[in-house]
Amino acid sequence: MRMRIDGARVVDPSNGIDAVKDVFIADGRVQGIGRMPDGFEAERSLDASGLTLIPGIVDLRARLREPGAEHKATIASESRAAARGGITTLCCPPDTDPIIDTPAVAELIHQRAATASLTRVEVLGALTRELDGLNLAEMGALKEAGCLGVSNALKPVSDTEVMRRAMEYAGTLGLTVFAHAEDPWLAKGRLVHDGPVATRLGLPGIPEIAESIGVARELLLVEQTGTRVHFCHLSTGPAVDMIRDARAHGLPVSADVAIHQLLLTEEDMDSFDSLCHVRPPVRSHDDRDRLRAGVRAGVLGCICSDHQPHEVDAKLNPFPETEPGISGLDSLLSLVLGLVEEQELTLSAAVTALTSGPAEALGIDRGTLSVGAVADVCVFDPAERWVLDDANILSRGHNTPFRGRNLKGRVRYTLLEGRPVFEAPTA
Amino acid sequence: MASNGKTLQVDDHGRLRHFLTIDGLDRELLVNILDTAEGFAGVGERAVKKVPLLRGKTIVNLFFEPSTRTRTTFELAAKRLSADVLNINASTSSATKGESLLDTLRTLEAMHCDMFVVRHAESGAAHFIARHAAPHISVINGGDGRHAHPTQAMLDMFTIRRHKGDFASLKVAIVGDVTHSRVARSQIHALVTLGAAEVRIVAPRTLVPPGIEAMGVSVHHDLRKGLADADVVILLRLQNERMQGALLPSSHEFFQYYGVTEEKLAVAHPDAIVMHPGPLNRGVEIDSDVADGSRSVILHQVSYGIAIRMAVMSMAIGSHAAAEREDG
Repeated sequence: MRMRIDGARVVDPSNGIDAVKDVFIADGRVQGIGRMPDGFEAERSLDASGLTLIPGIVDLRARLREPGAEHKATIASESRAAARGGITTLCCPPDTDPIIDTPAVAELIHQRAATASLTRVEVLGALTRELDGLNLAEMGALKEAGCLGVSNALKPVSDTEVMRRAMEYAGTLGLTVFAHAEDPWLAKGRLVHDGPVATRLGLPGIPEIAESIGVARELLLVEQTGTRVHFCHLSTGPAVDMIRDARAHGLPVSADVAIHQLLLTEEDMDSFDSLCHVRPPVRSHDDRDRLRAGVRAGVLGCICSDHQPHEVDAKLNPFPETEPGISGLDSLLSLVLGLVEEQELTLSAAVTALTSGPAEALGIDRGTLSVGAVADVCVFDPAERWVLDDANILSRGHNTPFRGRNLKGRVRYTLLEGRPVFEAPTA
Repeated sequence: MASNGKTLQVDDHGRLRHFLTIDGLDRELLVNILDTAEGFAGVGERAVKKVPLLRGKTIVNLFFEPSTRTRTTFELAAKRLSADVLNINASTSSATKGESLLDTLRTLEAMHCDMFVVRHAESGAAHFIARHAAPHISVINGGDGRHAHPTQAMLDMFTIRRHKGDFASLKVAIVGDVTHSRVARSQIHALVTLGAAEVRIVAPRTLVPPGIEAMGVSVHHDLRKGLADADVVILLRLQNERMQGALLPSSHEFFQYYGVTEEKLAVAHPDAIVMHPGPLNRGVEIDSDVADGSRSVILHQVSYGIAIRMAVMSMAIGSHAAAEREDG
């Protein structure tokens, strides 16, 4: 379909664009920004004056719970939430059941996503077989099946020799390793930030250095092997400094942060609020501020939802017995826009961290509105106010500590490869 | 940071609805509990050891962790208040058959109980139950994980007040494994709220949780300095499993450095009292001479425990009854 979108403020940091321009789309690709291609005749025109148009959001980490935990969510249910949230690409970690350590599981996920056809679903393959941290997965076969990188998800690779060989092998294939950097011995059996709130509540805490030591080991291995490593969901200030220095020294590393880490601190779980039970844990005010600074400085190149939908029962237990994770697809964009509103981030930095940053980490040609690029587009109303309540959460998982929050900025249109996959009902 | 509990524990009129943690409760309420317990302290010495305050009420002792001392004193307290008592040892019942905590709760609610006394291995369990129990049910925390053991702390405060009078001039030393101790956390909140002059923690660094100073205590690693001039010395139980792993080399070495003996107590105030929540590990955290000596008030603690539990139970059920009258 040939389409023109008129009058929106187009924000595309990858091309240095922030201006009101008309956008022309045909054959699933961007045909022109601000300049109509010769002979272009639109079959559909959208008046987007007052709205903001950005590349479709690339969510670096979202668990869709299929296969294996369909009582929590499915690819179909979460694809709807993604399209509603302006997310046109999302990436699943390999800790499904069965684990993505064979091509068959990757193919199944791709197939189900294609059936839903509302968002593109990419997958990471397992770094070690069954994520056991001991034996290498068949990374070559996984790459051929379309896995964009390899990861051990939240499972540790305690044995440094295994991690070294896994990195060497992944590097041989040109695969990026997505690392959950955490010293397993300092994290074992613990669940919240090791600080004054954990002490008062009597909850066993994971010290900050668990992350620093994990990052330090992985950085030394990057230096040794030359393999590209992406650090997932950093939670501490010191880790941000280490990644910044490593990048300054030219190491091929990148990192992301989950949106809730930019908003919550240990004090939010003060009354044993299991909705704030996440891994890695939310930490101190200082850590949160340094993570925000990391996004501003481009050290943390991506903000992801770290979407982990749960059934109600998963959070209905004493805090230590609840399952970690927040359902985040529905609120990702609006929460990030909230940080822009608070002047913690510029709109350009925010859009970069939601689009071209994660696309680059995944090595995919998305998150940009260059002429000729795939027309994944998100158009939102920056002024629309809404409440994140049960009626407004499309994900099957309603487990979010932000429920009830007043948000500003809401998606009006989502285009996947030039095709509208979501249109807000006109008021 | 009073959000940990106050709104959940106290109703709009300042009355105790649930008793989950000392954290966030005000001094007046703690003094009220101590004063109420004074009134009950004599009941056990009468020929008829009962008062009819909770006649017709049903109290469930819901213990997900084994306990003898705490459970029996709660049971005695309930019976002396003329309540009916149901003991459920959940570690050997439905919980092990995979029933969720919430389902267990709903089942008991269906039996028209008025109060749950809960002990659970996980921190936050009592809060969870209080938040999800039917509105007419009071929840008393009988110990949750490492978080809180408020009735133990209050019986300790009762003991201190009986022996020392006022809190304002007191130097209190809490010696031992603070990291894993729900008793210590509740004692610290109680002592600080009641205005003790100084609360000290004495332990090796492996047994002191980070940021404990924020609760209003000073940290000491040298037992002699920690005990110097102390009016009250509280010892904590060192559980055997702490000897595995890297927290301590041996119980022998712990006793050398942190075990309280008559000789080490010499630096404390001459009238110092020695307390312990029990059960004792003689020769680990406490020498027998101290445990059985003239400064020890350990057995008083046990008998005061019944009065404190009677006070808390009657106050919590009483507040519900008052609230119902107001609604009606």
